[in-house]
Amino acid sequence: MDLRFPLAEPTEAERAAIDAVVGAPGNGNGRVVRGDRHRRHLLLPSLRAAQRRVGWVSEGALGYASRRLDVPPADTYGVASFYALLALDERPAEVLHVCTDLACALAGAEVPDGAHPSPCLGLCERAPASLRTVAGEAPREIQLPETGPPLPQAGEDGLRLLRRIGAGLDPTSLDDYRAHGGYASLTRALELGPEGVRREVSESKLLGRGGAAFPTGTKWEAVARQEASPHYLVCNADESEPGTFKDRVLMESDPFALVEAMTIAAYATGCERGFVYVRAEYPLAHERLEGAFAQARAAGLLGDDVAGAGFAFDIELRIGAGAYVCGEETALFQSIEGYRGEPRNKPPFPVEVGLFGRPTVVNNVETLFNVLDVVAEGGAAYARTGTEGSTGTRLFCLSGHVERPGLYEVPFGTTLRALLDRAGARPAKAVLLGGAAGSFLRPDQLDLELTFEAARAAGATLGSGVVIVYDESADLVAAVLRIAEFFRDESCGQCVPCRVGTVRQEEALHRLASGATLGNELETLQDLAQVMRDASICGLGQTAANAVQSAISNLDVLVPGGAAP
Amino acid sequence: MLGAGGGTSSYEEVREAADLIVLWGSNAREAHPIWFHHALKAVHRGAKLIVVDPRRTTSAQWADLWLGIDVGTDIALANAVGREIIHAGLVNEEFVGRATEGFEAYRESVEPWTLEEAERVTGVPADAIRELAHAYATAERAQLCWTLGITEHHNGVDNVFSLINLALLTGHVGRYGAGLQPLRGQNNVQGGGDMGALPNKLPGFGDVENDADRARFEAVWGVEIPPRNGLHLTGMFEAMEHGDLRALYVIGENPAQSEADQGRTRRLLSGLDHLVVQDIFLTKTAELADVVLPASATGSEVDGTVTSSERRIQLVRKALDPPGEARDDIEIVYELGRRLGYDLGSPKPEDVWNELRSLSAAHRGMSYARLEELGGIQWPCPDETHPGEQFLHGRLWDPVVAKRAPFTPVVDDPPVDVLDGEFPLRLTTGRRLESYNTGVQSGGFSSPLHRNGSALRLAPEDGARYGVADGGRARVVSRRGEVETGVVYDETLRPGLAFMNLHFPDEVETNVLTIDATDPKSGTAEFKATAIRVEALA
Repeated sequence: MDLRFPLAEPTEAERAAIDAVVGAPGNGNGRVVRGDRHRRHLLLPSLRAAQRRVGWVSEGALGYASRRLDVPPADTYGVASFYALLALDERPAEVLHVCTDLACALAGAEVPDGAHPSPCLGLCERAPASLRTVAGEAPREIQLPETGPPLPQAGEDGLRLLRRIGAGLDPTSLDDYRAHGGYASLTRALELGPEGVRREVSESKLLGRGGAAFPTGTKWEAVARQEASPHYLVCNADESEPGTFKDRVLMESDPFALVEAMTIAAYATGCERGFVYVRAEYPLAHERLEGAFAQARAAGLLGDDVAGAGFAFDIELRIGAGAYVCGEETALFQSIEGYRGEPRNKPPFPVEVGLFGRPTVVNNVETLFNVLDVVAEGGAAYARTGTEGSTGTRLFCLSGHVERPGLYEVPFGTTLRALLDRAGARPAKAVLLGGAAGSFLRPDQLDLELTFEAARAAGATLGSGVVIVYDESADLVAAVLRIAEFFRDESCGQCVPCRVGTVRQEEALHRLASGATLGNELETLQDLAQVMRDASICGLGQTAANAVQSAISNLDVLVPGGAAP
Repeated sequence: MLGAGGGTSSYEEVREAADLIVLWGSNAREAHPIWFHHALKAVHRGAKLIVVDPRRTTSAQWADLWLGIDVGTDIALANAVGREIIHAGLVNEEFVGRATEGFEAYRESVEPWTLEEAERVTGVPADAIRELAHAYATAERAQLCWTLGITEHHNGVDNVFSLINLALLTGHVGRYGAGLQPLRGQNNVQGGGDMGALPNKLPGFGDVENDADRARFEAVWGVEIPPRNGLHLTGMFEAMEHGDLRALYVIGENPAQSEADQGRTRRLLSGLDHLVVQDIFLTKTAELADVVLPASATGSEVDGTVTSSERRIQLVRKALDPPGEARDDIEIVYELGRRLGYDLGSPKPEDVWNELRSLSAAHRGMSYARLEELGGIQWPCPDETHPGEQFLHGRLWDPVVAKRAPFTPVVDDPPVDVLDGEFPLRLTTGRRLESYNTGVQSGGFSSPLHRNGSALRLAPEDGARYGVADGGRARVVSRRGEVETGVVYDETLRPGLAFMNLHFPDEVETNVLTIDATDPKSGTAEFKATAIRVEALA
């Protein structure tokens, strides 16, 4: 806002793309301007729009976005350079991003000349996968290979979260959603009233499915009680944990359910505005959600008077630009607000000081899907599925060496072995449970009960429901090195333990892998793990050593004289 | 304000308490960055910011509402705001009735200023004026702040009164969080005034023309003080013009570049019998001098005190000896006194300060030890148990107010330098963040921050209209003179409004253009409103 240097001018195309986001500029005759400093949240959408139009973010586009939004150019550059998918150097309009992450590496992913290697694209069930982006007047992004929803359980009884998808729901039709029982839960919620809804959610003992397993009812109560206004609802759909694709499938194949669940959440916690923050790599989800928002608005199910019930609520889609850390809730707020996606210190927690500094409910997509059943059948009835400490069902994303990769829904308490059997897992040398921030399990640990409490007792985590199977042929050293590379690359660099720790961790692992050791790598790795866990600002750094440490301690991977990889 | 020459409120009140900050004729973001960071904290905690300024300045870019007023129409706007507050029934009648006087005359004076009439005169749409009026009147604790956009006019004092009237109307003065603030342009402008560097004041606000005040100082100083007010700066130049003033002693000022109508200023300074300049740089004024006395730099080479915009007196500690033959300012003064035949002794800064404390009730309680211990004290501080006053005029909220605060009706009086076919553009001048006044202290190094610093800034529409390209050069002509300068298009300007900085007089002598029409009460010239035309240069 302060210092404005002449930058290159934008092209007409860039100008038009940015104007489409921020509105046409005034003619300079202005006598009155109201509240422009509140528009910084349009920065990332502006930069994305420019890139979608011309393929990269030029100096002219940076300068123009800065001027239009009163953000200093250096600050805009800081934001633009934060995101892996924004290109600050000119490149062709068409770009191929090839996933080289855990599941795709197992499937033999190779990066052709001219293509960009990419962290997990969330298409693990169809590995090796890639994303093709085409900039221009009609920009598009295509997930490759193109397939339908990966639902091996389609047609089975007992599906809850995946019920409609399994029954062949048309995700582009509000009428079809209603025909599958859609919006019955909102009707029930309006009968219960906000407090009643919160009571049912608390009684359901629903725990968050994003990884932290926080009680949803507690979170909702805390926000509902806040006097500060407005309250915001944020759906965290920045699903970026390597190996995870559950939220993508839900959004792509059952988008109205997310709209309905968010409407109920907003009603229960007093939010008038909701955001869905989806990673940029999910173009089909963007399209389906925008379609669902539009139809819901047209039907009066979003807007100033939702369902004629006298409360206002609407949802906005926000799209990331390639940053794993933005899945951390406060980094996600920063990203929406137009800043670099660097996590904030907590406390204060989002229920008090969240998006735009206001009380904010943040829920994962899968968590919100559960709300529909909680409200429809009541919290107590919902809690009868699963175990005492882990109620309901859970989605798992199976990939790697399995016959039937895809999304599975099982009640909490099912064993990992039973889940692997359903997916046709080959005899495993190791299983990565919970993603890059999760842990490697040995073949003799597969009777683990899939519940939050059992996982915790075993020193593991269900994380985001990742299950990647490694058979005897798999190169676990490569997997561990990839995980270390991933965290080093995705660390936002804000706090020292994570910024330095992830680099040192990767270096030590490479020394072990190459045999050029200094002799103290295992101790160093343990020290780094401790420091990152204790002193990092956010969960990224706190969990960046989990999988590495489990590979060393559980599988003897890279332990000198240990098991062969 | 209201009889005391200082802002009524503290920074803390801006930062922690105000729910509305109105910045009127001030680009504090650039010109008062320290104050503005307190204001920004208020903005971030949810306070509303309204900015009245012809330009959409960087301060205005932080505002919830910016009103792009025509230069020099502040009284029209303020009177319309007052009328709207009255007609909307938003007057704080209890306060007006108990603590003020002259309301009826004020009410009559603003009655012609309907919103529509104000829109016609100021250019600001009526609904925005209404919004400002209602926001100010209904705020719990409003701060009304201004700077040179209000005072650098031929009727600057009336401009100030028009704003004070609004605070009286609504009771936004004398309470924690609510107040009136003229922001000071440097760390010690307030201190300069407090110490009597004004033609009508003795140190600590005694009046020169008050016999009793004078007698107190004469008793201590042992000399007779001339019983009449001295000349303010513009008055001095008039006296030079008439040949009445023949010698000038300039301390830390650079009038050869800072005064309006520079051609005349140079001529008068050059025609003096004797000119002495005391400065840390060889300024353009010093180049004209007969004697230059190299002084020491405040902040690093002297001990002493400074007084901030919130009337807080703070200790300054010396870190370095001044270089070469440069001497401490106090030393220069007493050595000069000795040579002129009066022995001032060899006082240290603390001795001078303690003499002031013996003569000024407002400063009496501020020993160096207390200033050190408390990290500065806000005047008035009458004794050594007093903590200093966070805000002024709390007495207006006493059940019985002995001395009521007067409304001062003022009439709109447009800028002297009128626009016409020959001079169709309104030029206004101002500051930028990284530079200071004539650049004596801020222009002596090269920096990308200075880029385009001397350029004429034009709305792109005016550039096209007068055939001057962005990045081109132009001749800028006023009724007093002309300069050649670069041109930069600036989207924060509307057509008809041009802007120049004054920080780079060695490149472009902006004040060759400005008019020396001066407010008779303050002596300040109308730097903010010059009529110009622009001619493209090949």
